[in-house]
Amino acid sequence: MIRSMSIGRRLTLLLAGVAALLSLLSWSMVSGLARQAAARTQDNVLAASASTIAETLRSEQGEVRLELPYSAFSMLGAISEDRVFYRVTAGERLLTGYSDLPAPEPDQANSRVTFGNGTYRGAEVRMVSVRRVVLAGDRPVSVIVTVAQTLDGVAAISGQISRFAAGLSLAFFVLAVGLSEIAVRTSLRPLNSFAQSVSRRGPSDLRPLRPGAPAELVPLRGALNRLMERLAQSIRRSEDFIAEAAHRVRTPLATVRAQAEIALRSTSDAEDRHRLRQIIRAVDESSRSAGQLLDHATVAFRAEHLARDPVDLAELVNQTTEALTPTAEMKDIELKATTVSVTVHGDAVLLYSALRNVLDNAIKYSPEDTTVRIDISEAGAEARISISDEGPGFGAGPAEELKERFRRGGNTEGVVGSGLGLTIAADVLAAHGGRLDLGAGQKGEGACVTLVLPTS
Amino acid sequence: MRYTRLAHVLALCVGLLAMAASAQEIEDHKSYPGTGDRTLRIISTADLEVFEPYILAFQEDRPDLTVDYTVASSIELYRAIRGGGVYDLALSSAMDLQLQLANDGFARSYRSTQTDALPEWARWRDLIFAFTAESAVVILSVDSLQGAPLPLTRQELILLLREHPERFLGKVGTYDLRESGLGYLFATQEARSTDAYWRLSEVMGRLDPLLYCCSGQMVDDVISGRLVLAYNVLGSYAAERLAGETGGKVQIVRMQDFANVMLRTAIIPATAQEVEAAGALIDGLLELGLRDDPGDWPLPPLRQTGEVSSAGFGPIRLGPALMIYLDPLNRRAFLDEWENAMEQDTDPR
Ligand SMILES: Nc1ncnc2c1ncn2[C@@H]1O[C@H](COP(=O)(O)OP(=O)(O)O)[C@@H](O)[C@H]1O
Repeated sequence: MIRSMSIGRRLTLLLAGVAALLSLLSWSMVSGLARQAAARTQDNVLAASASTIAETLRSEQGEVRLELPYSAFSMLGAISEDRVFYRVTAGERLLTGYSDLPAPEPDQANSRVTFGNGTYRGAEVRMVSVRRVVLAGDRPVSVIVTVAQTLDGVAAISGQISRFAAGLSLAFFVLAVGLSEIAVRTSLRPLNSFAQSVSRRGPSDLRPLRPGAPAELVPLRGALNRLMERLAQSIRRSEDFIAEAAHRVRTPLATVRAQAEIALRSTSDAEDRHRLRQIIRAVDESSRSAGQLLDHATVAFRAEHLARDPVDLAELVNQTTEALTPTAEMKDIELKATTVSVTVHGDAVLLYSALRNVLDNAIKYSPEDTTVRIDISEAGAEARISISDEGPGFGAGPAEELKERFRRGGNTEGVVGSGLGLTIAADVLAAHGGRLDLGAGQKGEGACVTLVLPTS
Repeated sequence: MRYTRLAHVLALCVGLLAMAASAQEIEDHKSYPGTGDRTLRIISTADLEVFEPYILAFQEDRPDLTVDYTVASSIELYRAIRGGGVYDLALSSAMDLQLQLANDGFARSYRSTQTDALPEWARWRDLIFAFTAESAVVILSVDSLQGAPLPLTRQELILLLREHPERFLGKVGTYDLRESGLGYLFATQEARSTDAYWRLSEVMGRLDPLLYCCSGQMVDDVISGRLVLAYNVLGSYAAERLAGETGGKVQIVRMQDFANVMLRTAIIPATAQEVEAAGALIDGLLELGLRDDPGDWPLPPLRQTGEVSSAGFGPIRLGPALMIYLDPLNRRAFLDEWENAMEQDTDPR
């Protein structure tokens, strides 16, 4: 549970806990100090009150006399609305006041002022005794003036301050939590941007991560980079493997084909010739499929680091037509190219393989003795190469699905294919920021495949 | 000396017991029956005719309550509560005695929005609540001046009494401090606030003064002509009685050098049984006490005289300092001095 909790939440909770502890501490300290201060104030006033009474003590004709001064109680009334009790004793004798009021025990004999706590008439009281020795006649009499006051004033003042402090501490706590939330978010920002920079990458972007992460993230970055390196290596290895496999299949096929052709030329038996032609066609198909597998791997690999070289489409078309003329001638198909010079930026190898696959399809699906037209045009920011044939066309089904890997159409009876041709062409055009349009020919007959490329 | 020794022996309350030698029985008593069987028992120093309107107003709101109203002197009231008498509400004009009761734990605390609305000087500890403020005044029959202007300060009053003793001899009245709690409160506060008090007392003492227990009787005697001057009369009583009855022949003067303002206060005794009803009555009284328009209620509101007046003196402060003069030693000393000033029988005139 705790392990999977977000770092931000955990940090915030931790900081909030610390803030709460500090708030509580400061609150209890302020409250304690307030109580002490209020209690000390009360003690001082009580002592002053008892002292003013003690000062009026005098001896008259051998008797101790006194008079309670108005100020003695008015000063007590000034600090709070507490109840006041008092008592004056001379020796064992009560002079005036509340006879049952207890007096605080002096902690040291002969100390002049003594403080104490007690209960009187059901209330907690703070008491002070002031001792004064008065000469009554010829003998000294120890007179004790005790003044007591209830503690409500002290409680009210310290309670008030404590409440105020509590409010303040709470505000402090809330502020601290808010600030720690911000602090946590800022300190986690590098982590988030790091994660984002990783997740923003394309599916095949395996370049190492740029340096510049905070020290804490350097190990993570290193680990990720190593992982990606390994991944890139293994992908490259499997592509190499496919290319190698395709290559290895094609070379012996070429030998087989050459031998078959020689045999075809040297025999005149109709049955043998027919068989040999079939062999040659099957070998062609196999080598074509292997070539397409190779092309497909090449597209996946080269699209990652797409070259942006200027490519002249006219030249590209000429090159492709030239390469496929032998195949076309086998079916007595005429390739008619009308070219204008248009330059695009891209990878010539990929563009060649795209065009080659499309043109190859056109020848493949065309009946014998027909024409395949190749036209280059430029409109707006787009350059187009359209290849139209007089074959069956794409039919009524969803043409876009034909671009999927290993997907073949319903019009392929008798035509051998791998379902990779359109996939390769579409991938190449997508890597160049263009698209592959599948449509019908000019009079609604045949197929028209258009390679659309941006010119800028 | 004798008194001092007495005080040694007696506790505070016993000392107060001793001072009211002429303690009468309960002065007056009336019951206002309600529809229910609960009874609110009030003990008060305010005369029946003064307080009756308040009771009737209260019963309009709470017709179920029977109100049992007992009139007593402030000292009797103090003793009754201290002695554990069962009352639900004690209303007294003697602030010092009320405060002593509250301080010593004979009052119960009460809080409501009304008590919270009271200004600070009109309450103490949620135990005592003031609902009227009345000032002490001098009443004087105009004839005695014989054309001279009204005395507005104690100094002027002293001069008047000194210069024309023949007009005032035997016709000056004031509180008997030994009997009247309110008189004693007024005198001690005045003595504390102005040194003219003792000089005035000396001068009055030489005029063979008549001593009274209560404001009402003093006002009666001024109206009847038995007195020409009454000192320290409760203003509210005087104003009410004199307005119609004398046709301007008697004047009410509020001393401008210093005038006591007394707060009439309520406490709920610790023995109270109908606390809720007592609280409701207090709330009603406080609402009236805080009214702005005096109206035709017998007792004035707090604000009229309560707040620091133009002359610069506010009401007597509620607080433990009031207990100072209740201390038996202090009381004896003060009364000794007062008696010396007032009873100058041996003094050749
Ligand atoms: N020129 C064309 N005329 C008609 N159908 C075509 C043409 N080109 C492609 N197709 C259809 O699209 C399908 C997919 O083409 P492709 O990916 O090249 O695979 P295949 O190896 O089957 O040709 C084909 O099976 C065929 O049905």
